[in-house]
Amino acid sequence: MKYILMMTGKKSDFEGYAKWSKQDLQANVAFMRAFSKELKDSGAFVSTEGLGWPSEAKLVRAGKNGEPVTDGVFPESKEFLAGYWIIDVDSPEQAYKIAARASQAPGLGGKPANMPIEVRPVLGSHADLGL
Amino acid sequence: MAEPTCDIPIEHRLRELAPQVLGVIARRFGDFALAEDAVQEALIAAFTQWPREGVPGNPRGWLIQVACRRMTDQARSDIARREREAAVAREAATITPTVDIESDMDPDDTLILLFMCCHPALSPSSAIALTLRAVGGLTTAEIANAFLVPEATMAQRISRAKQGIQNSGVRFRLPSVEERAQRLPAVLHVLYLIFNEGYASSIGDRLQRLDLAREAIRLTRNTKVLLPDSPEVAGLLALMLLTDARRTTRTGPDEELIPLDKQDRTLWDRAEISEGIELLTAALSKGSVDLYQLQAAIAAVHDEAVRAEDTDWPQILALYELLRRVSPSPMVTLNHAIAAAMVHGPAQGLELLKALDTDPRLAGHYRLDAVRAHLLERIGDYEAAIKHYRIAAARTTSIPERNYLMTHAARLAGH
Repeated sequence: MKYILMMTGKKSDFEGYAKWSKQDLQANVAFMRAFSKELKDSGAFVSTEGLGWPSEAKLVRAGKNGEPVTDGVFPESKEFLAGYWIIDVDSPEQAYKIAARASQAPGLGGKPANMPIEVRPVLGSHADLGL
Repeated sequence: MAEPTCDIPIEHRLRELAPQVLGVIARRFGDFALAEDAVQEALIAAFTQWPREGVPGNPRGWLIQVACRRMTDQARSDIARREREAAVAREAATITPTVDIESDMDPDDTLILLFMCCHPALSPSSAIALTLRAVGGLTTAEIANAFLVPEATMAQRISRAKQGIQNSGVRFRLPSVEERAQRLPAVLHVLYLIFNEGYASSIGDRLQRLDLAREAIRLTRNTKVLLPDSPEVAGLLALMLLTDARRTTRTGPDEELIPLDKQDRTLWDRAEISEGIELLTAALSKGSVDLYQLQAAIAAVHDEAVRAEDTDWPQILALYELLRRVSPSPMVTLNHAIAAAMVHGPAQGLELLKALDTDPRLAGHYRLDAVRAHLLERIGDYEAAIKHYRIAAARTTSIPERNYLMTHAARLAGH
């Protein structure tokens, strides 16, 4: 079963991240690299992407003639997707365990940031025998 | 340059030869994990070379030679995997088979491999991947494609599976008769899971992906040749055939699910049905009944009904009652409730479902809500039926299934 692990944060989290010390940033990057390698080595890795920051986000709707109407004004409380991993594991418990590991990524001062990771099943065109 | 259509027989031949070649190499060098890699590389070399240069006179000998050379190279150097594969393709042209290794073949090899790859120490996903590669002769790329994961991920899963085998200390030898009897269920379970995966993913881009249901049937057929007296293997093969016979009719042109009672039964595969019934009859005459044989018997009752209304539900109910005793599980209880509802009415079915409400193994599973919704609809409690269709829709991980359940809820809501 495939799961998506989504790391989200408020605008203020992203702005705070930009002001981290070099040491904290390096610790975080090293962790993310190691985490990615762990996923690949364990045979669970499907894909991962990091996204551009909220300042680059645009909300798009179709106008009357179908033309794009963009808006970049978001409420301060909005959660933005920072990045995601898609993994393929045997059970939801394994997915939660991996998500908890991602949540341990070091934050300010090198301490685990404890970022919330949203875990959701990825739907497929599956319809099994049900025996 | 060979015609592209020539690729198909080559592929099939390679899949049949792979476990034989692996058996020879693994026994000769005494290292299953390395031998398995070497044979995979020989297969890839054949894939690139045979369509271009024609199939060699002795394909098995050719593969053995190439794999042997890989084993020797492996011992000598440590060059990157990709480079090695390219090197194999270049070198292989000059190889001529020698008779001594070729004749070193043991008909039990494939059976040894099967029991090794389906070792209970492995997780289901590892056992499946390794079985498909080592016994099924598929390439890592093909297996990765079937499960929609990157090739590197599948390669990693296979190497971890081999590590698991190494750690468990299993040797390359045929398990004793007692051991085999004890471990056969694990082998059957892996074959069943491969079939189920193929059956489940056969909706949608079927043509783009390796047909795992076909591969499972092929592997189970081969297993039946190796264990001809096993009613368990025959029962599993029967179940696969009797289910596969209906595969093409269970989805419509837009990939929508078509339930059993709405399928076009004239399109069911008659050859698969009669073969399945014949196998099952022979298996049951040996006096034992297990999970797969009973599931096959139920599938056979469905297959034999010319119209949905001709289905012998009392017979199916009796079979589920037997199944509850032989192999109890919440899924069996659930299916038993459906059969009971068909025979004694939906109220009785709903009554039987109550026992599952507190079963943690089924907690949050969409199928319980889906079945309850159907039965509530049948007794005319539309409001409750809509509620359960929607809960089931939110819980399923299948898009066609979700659409099916949402459509049912919408239809009743507009009632």
